[in-house]
Amino acid sequence: MIRKIGISVSFIVMAIMMFSFAVLLHPFGEPPSVMDDYIIENTQQETGTNNAVSAVVFDYRGYDTLGEATVLFLTATAVIMLFRDRKKEATE
Amino acid sequence: MSKIVRTTARFLTPAILLYGLYLIMHGHVSSGGGFQGGAAFASSTALLIVAFGSKRVASYLKEHLLVTISCAGALMFIILGFAGMGTTFFYNVFVGSPLFGNVPAHGPNPEDIWTGGTVPLMNIAVALNVVAGLSAILLAMAGASNEPGEDK
Repeated sequence: MIRKIGISVSFIVMAIMMFSFAVLLHPFGEPPSVMDDYIIENTQQETGTNNAVSAVVFDYRGYDTLGEATVLFLTATAVIMLFRDRKKEATE
Repeated sequence: MSKIVRTTARFLTPAILLYGLYLIMHGHVSSGGGFQGGAAFASSTALLIVAFGSKRVASYLKEHLLVTISCAGALMFIILGFAGMGTTFFYNVFVGSPLFGNVPAHGPNPEDIWTGGTVPLMNIAVALNVVAGLSAILLAMAGASNEPGEDK
């Protein structure tokens, strides 16, 4: 019973938070968004890259891409580790 | 698989490899990039596994070689990130230098491949990581299953 109450309370709190954050979000396309204008204006001078998406992914937000590459590398390592034992068992 | 599939794979694989290479190398001037081009490149491995069976593909693509390439890509990416450590992490130090250093004109301009600073090098690094990682995942999974694409 206590568990059910806890689960429902946490769901209600999460729903309230999601709705309030959805309301509080910055409206799409409104003028005071400085970052995208800055990137569009300065990408070619600062990074020498014509493709602004590549400039954001590899230069302005390079730290995020480092995490992505790490996740992919770890996935490959984990999959190889997971399936290697089975291969050995099958041959032995 | 049947002879039709194998022949089609023989014709399609070079085209897929070329398109993946184009996506990787032109990632900083047109659409594409290391992740997308690497995924396109690695899809040729999936085609080869389906057509020829994982045993035959694994005899050419060794697992330790793929893992080494993946490590090299990740290491190259981190080193390029630390190359800008004089200013900030991931600062683009190669803009204006002889290596991919040209700066394009502001606004619409004809494409120049020799631009971008660290961005094309990071594209290549991430592409190495993605190609080798995805190929290793595909080969490991196909090798662990009961060889559905194996030609009896």
